[in-house]
Amino acid sequence: MTNHWTDIKNADVVLIMGGNAAEAHPCGFKWVTEAKHHNKAKLVVVDPRFTRSAAMSDYYAPIRVGTDIAFLGGIINYLLANDKIQHEYVKAYTNASFVVNASYKCEDGIFCGYDEAKRKYDNKDWAYELDKDGFAVVDETMQHERCVMQIIKRHYSRYTPEMVETICGTPKAAFLKVCEMIATTSRPDRVMTIMYALGWTQHSQGSQMIRTGAMVQLLLGNIGLAGGGMNALRGHSNIQGLTDLGLLSNLLPGYMTLPGQSEQKIEDYLAKRALKPLRPNQMSYWQNYPKFFVSFQKAWWGKAATAENQWAYDYLPKLDKGYDVLQAFEMMHQGKINGYLCQGFNPVASFPNKAKIVGALSKLKFLVIIDPLATETSEFWQNFGPYNDVKPEEIQTEVLRLPSTCFAEEDGSLTNSGRWLQWHWKGAEPPGEAKADPEIMAEIFTRVRALYQKDQGAFPDPIVNLTWPYRNPKFPSPEELAMEFSGKALADVTDPKDPTKVLAKAGEQVAGFAQLRDDGSTSCGCWIYSGSWTQAGNQMARRDNADPFGIGQTLNWAWAWPANRRILYNRASADPAGKPWNAKRKLVAWTGEKWAGSDIPDMRPDAKPEEGVGPFIMTAEGVAKLFVPSGMVDGPLPEHYEPFESPLATNPLNPKNAKAFANPAARVFKGDMEQFGKPDKFPYAATTYRLTEHFHYWTKHVHDNAVAQPQQFVEIGEELAAAKGIRNGDKVRVTSNRGKIETVAVVTKRIRTITCDGKKVFQVGIPIHWGFKGVAQRGYIANTLTPFVGDANTQTPEFKAFTVNIEKA
Amino acid sequence: MSTSIQRYTERERMNHWVIAILFFLAGLSGLAFFHPSMYWLTNLFGGGAWTRILHPFLGVLMFMSFFGLMTKLWHHNKITDADKKWLAAVSENLTGHEEGLQDVGRYNGGQKVLFWVTVVCTFLLLVTGVMFWQPWFADSFPIGLRRIAAPLHALSAAVLILGTIVHIYAAIWIKGSIRAMSRGTVSAAWARKHHPAWYREMTRNS
Amino acid sequence: MGLQTLDLKQRSATTTPSPQAKSNVTEVAKLIDVSKCIGCKACQVACSEWNDLKEEIGFNHGTYDNPRDLTENSWTVMRFSEVEMKEGEEARLEWLIRKDGCMHCADPGCLKACPAPGAIVQYANGIVDFNQESCIGCGNCITGCPFNVPRISQKDSKAYKCSLCSDRVSVGLEPACVKTCPTGAISFGSKEDMTDLAEERVVDLVERGYKTAGLYDPKGVGGTHVMYVLKHADQPMLYAGLPADPSVAFSVELWKGGLKPLALLGMGAAMLGGLLHYLKVGPNDADAEEKEKEAS
Repeated sequence: MTNHWTDIKNADVVLIMGGNAAEAHPCGFKWVTEAKHHNKAKLVVVDPRFTRSAAMSDYYAPIRVGTDIAFLGGIINYLLANDKIQHEYVKAYTNASFVVNASYKCEDGIFCGYDEAKRKYDNKDWAYELDKDGFAVVDETMQHERCVMQIIKRHYSRYTPEMVETICGTPKAAFLKVCEMIATTSRPDRVMTIMYALGWTQHSQGSQMIRTGAMVQLLLGNIGLAGGGMNALRGHSNIQGLTDLGLLSNLLPGYMTLPGQSEQKIEDYLAKRALKPLRPNQMSYWQNYPKFFVSFQKAWWGKAATAENQWAYDYLPKLDKGYDVLQAFEMMHQGKINGYLCQGFNPVASFPNKAKIVGALSKLKFLVIIDPLATETSEFWQNFGPYNDVKPEEIQTEVLRLPSTCFAEEDGSLTNSGRWLQWHWKGAEPPGEAKADPEIMAEIFTRVRALYQKDQGAFPDPIVNLTWPYRNPKFPSPEELAMEFSGKALADVTDPKDPTKVLAKAGEQVAGFAQLRDDGSTSCGCWIYSGSWTQAGNQMARRDNADPFGIGQTLNWAWAWPANRRILYNRASADPAGKPWNAKRKLVAWTGEKWAGSDIPDMRPDAKPEEGVGPFIMTAEGVAKLFVPSGMVDGPLPEHYEPFESPLATNPLNPKNAKAFANPAARVFKGDMEQFGKPDKFPYAATTYRLTEHFHYWTKHVHDNAVAQPQQFVEIGEELAAAKGIRNGDKVRVTSNRGKIETVAVVTKRIRTITCDGKKVFQVGIPIHWGFKGVAQRGYIANTLTPFVGDANTQTPEFKAFTVNIEKA
Repeated sequence: MSTSIQRYTERERMNHWVIAILFFLAGLSGLAFFHPSMYWLTNLFGGGAWTRILHPFLGVLMFMSFFGLMTKLWHHNKITDADKKWLAAVSENLTGHEEGLQDVGRYNGGQKVLFWVTVVCTFLLLVTGVMFWQPWFADSFPIGLRRIAAPLHALSAAVLILGTIVHIYAAIWIKGSIRAMSRGTVSAAWARKHHPAWYREMTRNS
Repeated sequence: MGLQTLDLKQRSATTTPSPQAKSNVTEVAKLIDVSKCIGCKACQVACSEWNDLKEEIGFNHGTYDNPRDLTENSWTVMRFSEVEMKEGEEARLEWLIRKDGCMHCADPGCLKACPAPGAIVQYANGIVDFNQESCIGCGNCITGCPFNVPRISQKDSKAYKCSLCSDRVSVGLEPACVKTCPTGAISFGSKEDMTDLAEERVVDLVERGYKTAGLYDPKGVGGTHVMYVLKHADQPMLYAGLPADPSVAFSVELWKGGLKPLALLGMGAAMLGGLLHYLKVGPNDADAEEKEKEAS
């Protein structure tokens, strides 16, 4: 989230799209009801199904699964064509005025630089035109034909309301009604929030869907304002913490990235990441990357990381390609990975194409499961009749189960969607032999380290030199880990403006990332968490909910990254002169001397407005990017592509270009392309989703949740049900090109038939949550059906749009 | 003249008294729920819950035994013109001056009416009672029906009890009647006075 | 039934008044704003957790309603209704979700129908509570309830229903469902405050185009201590058959009201009548009469 849960109450319009907050985030949805009750907010829901959120909405519009870019592109076109943009904001705070290289073009849905054989783009022609100082050329009038504003106008002029109706199946009148409601927030004093979740991320073009949403918000001037923003509703209570701490195969903590194979030298690595400003006076905060990186290396390898050995840069692996979960299971399936540590993860249930996942696990030599529950993954080798029809005698994988604790059985912090780190205290002792995850990992690590110390090996240094300063090496405490993430001074840290002034004495916790240094005098496990545990103690444990400004900015409740800032880019909540767009919702303002207000300013505190320092301090431009010259692998602008499995035979936007049918830059493994279903055999668009009664595959182990939603089902509309002779409560068989599930049909008015490209499209809703372990009624793994392809940028699987057939069982 | 005439067989008498006992048990257990002032009657049956458990079983048993007697007696209880006359002269009858007014057979009009009232009430009690018999059958009936069944049950019971009070009083008032149900016989005088036609029938062959 | 710290207003099968002196108690109410209810069933779970209830794991029957109905172990359930409302030419789909359970009527039909003294009580604050200790399992409370709420357990033949967490309320806490509701759809307070809050909500809903929004506090049962804010207050039946104008069934009123004392009176009168008749008319003794006749 750019903003946070409580802040949603400040919105004038709430758009829920690509998510179902009422269903999946009932506690967070409270703030929508607050906005409606106390702020007269209007709730707009766009979803393939009439969801629980839709039931709460002021207006609902249907959409075909996987076509959100077309819908949002249509909104961009509407806003530009009807002059419903926040002009001053767009001009000052976005790159609309930046001029792009003459070589940039997009033809028939394919951007320049495409290599079809590799399914990859070379983005060099997407760059800005630079002046002699290396700064981007801008045209303040935004009339230059190659400036971003004009490029966007041209690009999205194709996304007419008629085209939206053709692609999305949203009736034109409904689409225009949504546009009108959204466009009311182009006024500086009105604001809209967008709440989205996996309904946007889990597509082969998921990152671009989110980007399109962000573009709408930028054109309306809604980013950085209270009640605005792009708000990702995270699915697990600590999944924000997971990404913050870099628990993805290509990340390091704090959104730093692992080096690639070509970056063998630290200089190359840092040069690419310490972004130089692309416009004068910009902060380009990533310039500080070396400070965060060196402090991180010191946190991991302490005294072994020295200036002489480039802060142990060689200890880091250099990636030859991404090793995301899809890649890992692909390799496992090919027999190239033969041991797997599976911690807090249930891939058999959670990952696409269950047959492939089970096949891959069956080829392992060993599988270690660290989980509080007996999961489908830990039991994948057992036969559960039709639900898991395997032959145990043919599976040679040795499965080791290490029972772990649940969150309530340990102290620690959880990071919520709004980036708040909230400390929590143990509520119960763990049962039986269950151990906390840090204890399990420490037991494994210390044993592995002993082996390396004894037997050496090809390169033992990163293991034997790893800092392990914990009082009990077999069980690092949550407090010790939290302090390590926040960071400390290894030598006295002095004020750069006044070297006699010591900011942090050696051994003390640092106050925040501003005190981190690139000379090895500080260590910090995760720079964005720096300041969460200071000399003053655990900031995450603070519980003062005082709200002095009455807009939900409770700065003394827990701690938010970065720097306890609650709303990112909050400098943009004031106009270029530093005056809030809306005084009632003031976040920060220029007092004449400094930036101050209800939030921690996202700006150098003494940066005078006339300096023109842009509010988007993390970008080299200082402004937000409507057009992204780099950073997205599948194009500088979002373009509608069909899901890899679509009920349509062509992409109505580019019907003649087969290359532009589905995302051309998405990675598809050999053998998976052939497994995509075609509309003749699998005519119905399907999507998977969660229900409010359950949490993922966990709560089917919990009696009360199982009572509330006991048995698997699929949802279909009345017209399809009638055509197929399916009555409410009948058993049905749903098949995709990868497998079948048999379950109960819920026939509902809430999934209506839509018309796309002149063809009736029926949609099938498939809730996940059931499997063959737990106390709920047994069911099939929903991901038996889903395709093995991910988002081009993040490799998040395309769970939300695929095709199936359905018949009465 | 002091000859006795057989009015009820041994089996009929046994049956009657079984009904009578069950009526009292079912009636008292039912009355316990009929009005709060009667709730103390539950003490006779082992408390509220036991009274609730026993009452329907007692009722069903009563119905079954009543059904047995009913099948034997119903054809004696067809309403005739003579009965209508008897009923028309009910106030005369109630003062004991029934002689010569009607030619009463085995049962007089009042007895017959009472018989049919008892039949209707007993059937109603059974049918409505089953409808809200917890925990066995109640859930099988829609709530609307149960809402009607409950008061109908109470009403039938009230009517039955009233009828039975009349029945008992009549037996007390008309001397020589109790003997009919205890020893099985009545005196000729009793029969001549109260049921002359029946008397004739019974003495025709002797 | 909760702790015995609340004063009673009335108790079942009791013909004399309960102590009235300490009756200056604020009436409470729970307000369920269906326009804020997402049907997440957190209240169902909170209810079973607080009250130590354990429902059986059932099946899907083609709806989101689970458990399918109220039971002795499920004192509140969500009821989902898909309704198409005419809006000019177009039909606008609505998914109406209503939390069902005891309405805590001011004039409780269950209490009226109950034959067991003290098995059902109404506290001075308006809560209607079942005392399973005194319950005899007859099920009259079900027939007496205009909302068809109480359920008899097959295991112990006792009647159960929502107690409005009388145990929590008696020590100043809100009911468990209110405490847990994530969206603020359930509020709890004095009946007066809840009525005011409802008014505020109705104004908002009317502004949003729900012209017939209103408060459901049916007069037929003397008002209720559980009230709804409905978007379509003119058609409560849309909400899974919420009765439009509930009242204690006439038959039940008759049965528990006039009929019974009257019948008792009738029985007494019949017996008395018999006695008087006997005294006045004397025995009707055929044998004696014949003897007399013969003697004369």
